[in-house]
Amino acid sequence: MATAVMTTLDPNSRSAARGMSDLTIRNLFIIPTIVFLIVFNIFPLLYSLGYSFTDFRASSPAAANFVGLQNYRELLNDPFIWSNFAITAKYVIVSVVGQVIVGFGVALLLNRDIPLKGLLTTLLLLPMMLSMAVVGLFWKLLYDPSFGIINYTLGLGSFEWLSNPDMALYAVAITDIWMWSPFVMLLSLAGLSAVPKHLYEAAAIDRAGSFYTFFRITLPLVAPILMIAIIFRTMEAFKTFDLAYILTSQPTTEVISIRLYKMAFQEWQTGRSCALAYIVLIMILAITNIYVKYLNKVKER
Amino acid sequence: MAAVTTSAERSLNKLAIVGVLIVTIIFLAPIYWIASTAFKPRNLATTIPPTVVFQPEISPFVKLFTKRSQLRTAPTPEQYAAAPWWERLVFDGGEKVVRSGRGEVQWSGYPSRFMNSLIVAITSTILAVGMGTFTAYGFSRFKIKGEQDLLFFILSTRMLPPVVVAIPMFLMYRVVGLNDTHWGLIILYTAFNLSFSVWLMKGFMDEIPKEYEEAALVDGYTRMEAFFKIVLPEAATGIAATAVFCFITAWNEYAFALIMTNRRAQTAPPFIPSQVGSGLPDWTVIAAGTFLFLLPVAIFTFLLRNHLLRGMSFGAIRK
Repeated sequence: MATAVMTTLDPNSRSAARGMSDLTIRNLFIIPTIVFLIVFNIFPLLYSLGYSFTDFRASSPAAANFVGLQNYRELLNDPFIWSNFAITAKYVIVSVVGQVIVGFGVALLLNRDIPLKGLLTTLLLLPMMLSMAVVGLFWKLLYDPSFGIINYTLGLGSFEWLSNPDMALYAVAITDIWMWSPFVMLLSLAGLSAVPKHLYEAAAIDRAGSFYTFFRITLPLVAPILMIAIIFRTMEAFKTFDLAYILTSQPTTEVISIRLYKMAFQEWQTGRSCALAYIVLIMILAITNIYVKYLNKVKER
Repeated sequence: MAAVTTSAERSLNKLAIVGVLIVTIIFLAPIYWIASTAFKPRNLATTIPPTVVFQPEISPFVKLFTKRSQLRTAPTPEQYAAAPWWERLVFDGGEKVVRSGRGEVQWSGYPSRFMNSLIVAITSTILAVGMGTFTAYGFSRFKIKGEQDLLFFILSTRMLPPVVVAIPMFLMYRVVGLNDTHWGLIILYTAFNLSFSVWLMKGFMDEIPKEYEEAALVDGYTRMEAFFKIVLPEAATGIAATAVFCFITAWNEYAFALIMTNRRAQTAPPFIPSQVGSGLPDWTVIAAGTFLFLLPVAIFTFLLRNHLLRGMSFGAIRK
């Protein structure tokens, strides 16, 4: 349309003559990205869908045999896989609940009159920007039973964190809480600062208690943004690999991504791992769907 | 809640300040511990009680960059005197710098991994932000059939667990010979960051008034010229913020790098943990490597501070 306007204004303009139509430009701008993502994300997934119906092993020269749904049937009937999912669920709950409590709590504190608020907020956000794998590794030293600063500071003597099967998953979750509470804090702060001040003033005039103000005004208004943080962190915690893989090798910390990694790249059960990857994928897509619906809802406000 | 009126409010506020300070100290303690361990002599890295006050040393960094071996016999005074200052630091730690037959100092594995990280992160950032900017403009300005579905598709590629994507990519890369190459990782990181860059850039594009380009079109610019001369300069801040986010994501990535590379193209995140093998690791050297690796991200975090909210929420929340 704009081109049409331009042409009528100045039909002899050189630029009008060589200009591409909006349709061409649109396609030129969008199609390469879509193609790139199809080639490098969707095609590989189709490729592995095919392998998920075979007994293929990438470590052996033997050709893949079609086995139908056998991989899926065996995986879904495998109690060990279900225990990996149970460990993952426990990890998701502990770490997301921890992050929400710490992150939202700190946001409530920061939402007051704090000197140097900007600087403190930025400093608090630092952990989530760092590499999980590299910083996670250093937590091995912090957790060390004989010379770690955690045991020293808390006076826990030589308490075992990472080599204790009952404690290891919590230790990983604590590190995750340290890294990602700032994320919940960041989003909560945005939600808190958007609560109109006059609501608090009105509550004060009505002599509403701080308890009432919090549950009737603050929480409902921050809830949508907090929900985004919770869904996003749930998704990320469900996919978790780096931290648990680097910090421990306990069977009690074998989350589903680690099981998948071992199945694919250590046991070389390629076909079976493709099937497991698909089971995980479907779960992730379901959570992503909820997440995007929520994002759009909040955007519309 | 800025208006502090009653004395109860005032004391609550003091409590909040104390609380924030305590939380900040706890959150920064691990980072401080990395930074301080990177400058400790080895024997002070693992002491009980932990060493807080010490004479900082540069020796962990010298050890980080050089290949070393255990000293069987102490160096002769002549050897010691002839050695440059940094080599003496290694001697002092009971080790010697490995030299080739021609006397050249051998590097450790760290510098090449650091370079690989730089190459892969910078190239994939340029590609992802470049493509993402065009695509975001397309989504922002033109009518597209099924726009929401396409945007969801783009976002969903980002949400896939790395290990799920890595299995087929590994098999495909094996066929075309991209395993353990820079390009193999660059392609993966570009695909991973592209969706993020489209979503974030679309938000920035939406904020640039359409009237700017329309005025330019009336002045005889083509749509392309208007995009390059009017829209891109307006979007510069957004492009920079998106680029920094993409860089950090690629720089920090671990799982793909672990699976797809092993030596030639290996980046720092899988390399640094592989140094903690059997026996007692030298934590000062690991801390030095970690410190250098985290430094660019820490600097970028400060530069990005006003865009963090937007970036971390995929452009959904803008303040």
